[in-house]
Order: sequence, then structure tokens, then C-alpha cells
Amino acid sequence: MTYIDAPSTERPPAARRRTWTSARVTGLVLMMLWAALGLSIVYMLVVGYDPEKVTKYGPRILSGIWVTVKLVAMSIVLGALISIPVVIGRLSHNPIIGGIAFGYSYFFRGTPLLAQTFLVYYGAGQFTDVLKAAGLWVFFRDAYFCAVFTFSLNTAAYQAEILAGAIRAVPSGQWQAADALGLRPFTTMFKVILPQALITALRPYGNEVILMIKGSAIASIITVLDLMGQTRYAFSKTYDLQIYIWAAVIYLLTVEVLRRLWEMMERRLTRHLRR
Amino acid sequence: MKFAKTLVTAAALLALSLGGASAKEWKKVVIGTEGAYPPFNYVDTDGKLKGFDVDIALALCEEMKVECEIVAQDWDGMIPALLAGKFDGIIASMSITPERKKVIDFSEKYYNTPPAIVAPKDTDIKGVTPEDLAGKTVGAQVSTMHADYVEKKLTESELKTYPTADEYKLDLANGRLDAANDDSVVLSEWLKTEAGACCKLVGMVTPVLEIHGPGAGVGVRKEDTDLRDMFSAAIKAIRANGKYQEINKKYFDFDVYGG
Repeated sequence: MTYIDAPSTERPPAARRRTWTSARVTGLVLMMLWAALGLSIVYMLVVGYDPEKVTKYGPRILSGIWVTVKLVAMSIVLGALISIPVVIGRLSHNPIIGGIAFGYSYFFRGTPLLAQTFLVYYGAGQFTDVLKAAGLWVFFRDAYFCAVFTFSLNTAAYQAEILAGAIRAVPSGQWQAADALGLRPFTTMFKVILPQALITALRPYGNEVILMIKGSAIASIITVLDLMGQTRYAFSKTYDLQIYIWAAVIYLLTVEVLRRLWEMMERRLTRHLRR
Repeated sequence: MKFAKTLVTAAALLALSLGGASAKEWKKVVIGTEGAYPPFNYVDTDGKLKGFDVDIALALCEEMKVECEIVAQDWDGMIPALLAGKFDGIIASMSITPERKKVIDFSEKYYNTPPAIVAPKDTDIKGVTPEDLAGKTVGAQVSTMHADYVEKKLTESELKTYPTADEYKLDLANGRLDAANDDSVVLSEWLKTEAGACCKLVGMVTPVLEIHGPGAGVGVRKEDTDLRDMFSAAIKAIRANGKYQEINKKYFDFDVYGG
């Protein structure tokens, strides 16, 4: 039995008159509540604006932003490098190599970054003699390096999962086609598979960087004076809650800049898909 | 016209209720302490808050004839928590400093002990002057007068601040810090423990009034002047009736009240 689509005789539905349903009223009230909350925060910042505090703690906050940016940039880049062998391991058919890579990402994705940071910072402190003998204490003595070290290892696990997943998502036909063309494995990977995988991976990568920016606040509790560290310092001097709001605004702006950057990159990478 | 009348009535009611609030009878007082500053306040193995501060708090409440509840609060949130009304008094070895007095009020002091500097046993630090400590990394608990002292007076040293005393002690033991600044009693108690075996007392710091203040007092909100006076009177009373000395003896072999 076949159906033939008869030309529709129905007219498009007449625009319904918007009535004040209870759902609509509730939605509006909630929206207004949110707007009021937002406005009161802005009002608080405007009224509580204190030029003395700004001149006193502003430069410290700025230096904190710089430390946070450096910390995140270094961790993300180092993490990307570390993630390469992990990805190879995750895609490997060898059970031992695959198992090691799985164990690595299982551990780092399964435990809190806070616990990892403490483990590295205070754990390294327990083995000073060994580390001194190995010449590594110079590195682990510094809280900043401890933070970079932990964050890199942590983000490497996430980045590896993102990339491995994206590579698996490339249809197997692509591999076979490259094979049929007689392309070398290296060329297949870098010219055929990765360009396609990276499109899939781009969004999750952006998420990971955003998570890292916010996660980097953890460095402040092992004495690193990043944005959060400087905020806590200023708060400990003034007991003024506004400083935390300012810090939140700065984090928000940083993430927004990153989001726009990512959008630009995505547009560039997917330019062949646009019609 | 009717609207104006309602407004006036509302204003009158508001004024009445506010007036009523200031004349509040203190039947129950919630007191905040840290629980990470032995021997003054710490959490015992059975999970209870103990220490000199806690005993003093209980004695003061008994003297004031009010019901008391003691709660633990992280150090760096202590003053905000008081201001937010989570508790009514801070008895946590908090020194009466000018900086804190801008935001909260204090009773009279209930003890005063000098600050001190400790360092690893193999240190080359000879004394506690700014010159002796120049170029050294000095640790202290965040938001304390000790951190403030390092920042303002030991200008040639690098200050590192930690959320609790436990953490700077760890970093002192593992060599990340060249020295640490804290209360002399707290430090000497720690030096007696196994963990404190790494380090030694370098010397006492001469207190500076504008940084260290007159000693530790009970912190209260500025509007609770009645509670502040109650605490001050109670401190005086337990000093006079021997209760203070009894508690003092339990923890120390000298008078921590100070001169």
C-alpha cells in the first residue's frame, strides 16, 4: 500500500491569542526575580565602589589574573602534550598499554582536583630527602610548579578522553579509503583523520579549558597568589564580600573571551561545511 | 490620605520592632571557634571541640547565666560568619586589632601571649629582626596579626599565608618555609610534639600595639554592645573568682592573661 502525499488543504493555524496562563505568569515572575537579583548585584557593586580599595587591591587582583592566565595556559599546553601518548594508549589494541592509559585517565578523572593538588604539594613535602637527592626539590618546593604539574596531569586525562573519543567517532570508511589510496599511516592520521576528529573535539576542548580556568582557583589554597588567592587576600583584609563578586565577574569575563575565541575557531574549522 | 496613614502606621510598627530588637534578652548565645589552633582550640579525637578558648567560653557563659552553643568555623570565614549572624560571639584566640575593630567589636582581652618565630633546626637564622629574616620565606596563618606583622615589619621577607596553622607547620617541616610566625604558646606546644621535632624556637617577637593589639578578646557584632559588656564583665568575674586560674592551670604553667 502506498501513500501519496495529497496537497495539504489545511490552512496554517491562526495565530493564537496569548493568554495569561498560570505557567506564563509564573515564568514572568521568576524572570523578574532573576532580573531583580542581577540588578541588586550591579547596584551593590556601584554603591559599594570604593576607590581606596580599588587602588589598594586593584594591582594585586590584576597580577592575580595574570598568574591565573599563565597557570591555565601552561597546564593546558603541557596537558595536551602529555595527552598524546595517553591517546595512543587508549586507542591501542595491546591490553597492557591500553590498561595503563585507561588506569591513568580513570585515576585523574575519578578523584577531585583538590585532593590531587594536596597530594602533590604536601605529598612531595614528605619526600624532600629523596627529591633533593634526585635534584627535583627545586621544582616541587615551589607551589606554582606543583600546581602546574598537578593541573597538567589532570587535564591530560580529560584531553586524552576527548581526543580518543573524537578519533573513534571518525567513520571507519575514512580509514579504509585512505588505505585504498595507499596513504602512509602518518599521512592518514594527520591529513585525513585528525582534521575531522578535531572538529568533533573542539567544543569539548573549549569546555575543558573553561573548567580548568575555574579549577585553577584551587591553586590559591597551596599559597599560589592567583586571581582567587589575591581575592582571598583582599577579603582577609577588608571582610568586604564585594571582592568575591568582582572576582566572579572577572572569571566570567575571562570565560566569555574564551567562548568567543572558540566560536571563531569553530567557524574557521567548519568553513567547508557551511552552505 | 488613607495610604499615608497606612505608611505612618507601618513606620511606627517598624520603629517599635527595631527598638524591641536592641533590648533583646540574651538567653542563648552561639559562639564560634576554629578548632585548629591547639592548645587554645582544637577538635579532640572524639570529635569534640576542646581547648583553652572552649573552656573559657563555657566558663563565661556560666558566669553570664546564658545557654551556650559552641560551633566550629574556618578561620578565614570567622568574621563574615559573625556578621552574617551564624553565631553571636567569637572565642577563637582572635586578637583585638585595629583592622578588625573597623568591622566588629571586642570585649576586654581574656589572654595575651607574645608572638614568636620558629625555624627548622639547621637554620642559619640568628634572630628575629627584619635583617635576620631578610630574603627568607616566612609562613603564617592567613588573616592573622602574625601575617600582618610579617607583611608590615619584615618587609625584606617573603610572606606565605595558609588557611590553617596545620599547613604552615607541614611546609615548615618539609623545608618550603625558612621560618614561621605565630603565637609563642601555640608554637612551643607544637615544638613539643613529634611533628614539631623538625624545628626550634628562634626567638620572641616584641609585640607592636598597632598590629598585635592588647591581646585576644571575644569578638561581637558592633550593634551588640550589651553582649560585649556582658562578656567583659564575665571575664573580670572569672578572673576574680578563681575559675580563670583553674582553666589556666589545666593548660599552662604560667599566667597567659599577660600584663
